[in-house]
Amino acid sequence: MTSRTTRWDSWPARVVPPMLVIGAIVALWWWVVARDDSAIFPTPWAVLTGAWELVKDGTLFEHIGASLMRVGIGFGLALVVAIPLGLWMGWVTPAYRTLNPLFQMLRPISPIAWIPLAILWFGVGNVSPVFLIFISSVFPMVVQTISGVHTIERRYLRAAANFGVPRSVLFRQVVIPAVLPEVVVGMRIGIGVAWLVVVAAEMIALHSGLGYLIMDSRNAGNRYDLVVASMVIIGLIGLLLDGLTRLLERLKTVRWRYVR
Amino acid sequence: MSAEKMKIEIDAITKGFTDARGKVLPVVGGIGLQVAEGEFLAIVGPSGCGKSTLMNMLAGFEQPDAGSVRIDGRPVSGPSPKAIVISQQGSVFPWLTVQQNLMFGLNGTAHAETAQERAALADHYAAMVGLKGFENAYPHELSGGMLKRVELARAFIVKPDILYLDEPFSALDALMNMRMRNELLRILAEERHTVLLITHDVEEAIYMADRIVVLSPRPTTIQASFTVDMPHPRRIASVQAQQLREAILAQLGL
Repeated sequence: MTSRTTRWDSWPARVVPPMLVIGAIVALWWWVVARDDSAIFPTPWAVLTGAWELVKDGTLFEHIGASLMRVGIGFGLALVVAIPLGLWMGWVTPAYRTLNPLFQMLRPISPIAWIPLAILWFGVGNVSPVFLIFISSVFPMVVQTISGVHTIERRYLRAAANFGVPRSVLFRQVVIPAVLPEVVVGMRIGIGVAWLVVVAAEMIALHSGLGYLIMDSRNAGNRYDLVVASMVIIGLIGLLLDGLTRLLERLKTVRWRYVR
Repeated sequence: MSAEKMKIEIDAITKGFTDARGKVLPVVGGIGLQVAEGEFLAIVGPSGCGKSTLMNMLAGFEQPDAGSVRIDGRPVSGPSPKAIVISQQGSVFPWLTVQQNLMFGLNGTAHAETAQERAALADHYAAMVGLKGFENAYPHELSGGMLKRVELARAFIVKPDILYLDEPFSALDALMNMRMRNELLRILAEERHTVLLITHDVEEAIYMADRIVVLSPRPTTIQASFTVDMPHPRRIASVQAQQLREAILAQLGL
């Protein structure tokens, strides 16, 4: 790969400007709250000390762990279903024609709209949020995998046909690697939606998780410092999850798509 | 020449395409041609005359509307590793290393049994086209000329009877284009194959081919045929080559 180390690529150039923006927003927030002398809206300092309280008594990590576990199971199941299903629907045209309209109908339904049904079917335990995460992340990943199969360039399929390789080799060495970059894009979308949904689901149905923490903090004595602290933590973990899936883009077998 | 020595027999093939309004556009209008075993035949024609359609039918990617293509007397019904196509855009797999690309074709043949034999064969052909030391590189790390070498080596390794070259070097710059012509001739001197080159570059055809066929505009037919009776290495600047070039260009209306 060609080295392209301009000054915009060095790590301070990538870290400092976003930090400045966030710092400015926190300063503005502090200034507005201090001036209004609000009795209920917390200052950044109050948020920090509130979060520290939760760290000390250990409940914060329990909530984070609960949310992450639900996302892990729901997203994992979605991945295991979406990739084979997407490959099959992308490759076999009658399957695509038969199932695609159904998928296009289900896809725009907000995962939040499924919450009442999820509670009806699975109650208020762990199964409901896992189901919601599955429902919300499986469709983008299926759609992305299908589009990956459909956009394989014909010259590669022709080359494979020309060499007369067996079907297993065609799939292992041509179709799957050609689709992999699209699968990674689908995973990024899927994990983002999954994280969005777990918090929403926990607000309604559960007794653990970051979504529950938000609702519980408000209900149990208007602890808005903890509400905001939870929001910040949700944002930070979302950033982390996206960063982790982006690491997949560095895989050698995927990188061809991102260079040139 | 006797019939049993013929490698490729093309018998009055035609092909048309139907446009959006349902009108049939004739592209190939009846081509009959025979290519002898080990012959290097160049097909020259104006842009858009249906050269690539002709190539697709020869390679088995498309079926002619009428007529037939036979290789070794057997009708072509689909693509086969006996006849490998190398086209302008290239089809080296970007997700496989050079070595994996070279080994790819061996999956469909019985030339190498074990993984070690395949890797050894891949390395042999990589060295043959001047890619030694790049076996583990990915295609995006290579230049356009090196990619063509990978493509050639990937074809040669399966020992095809026929090479179909569809403007193979026209995406390269002029210098690399000429270098690749010499490379190809050098390899062909080592391993004889029947070659069918489709090009719009008359000099390229004169430099490499034993015989040159000129196609007419659409619907394309064979307009003229020339034998290139010159020893290798050829000089394009020679009087004989220039006369031949003039004659071919005249056929193309230039």
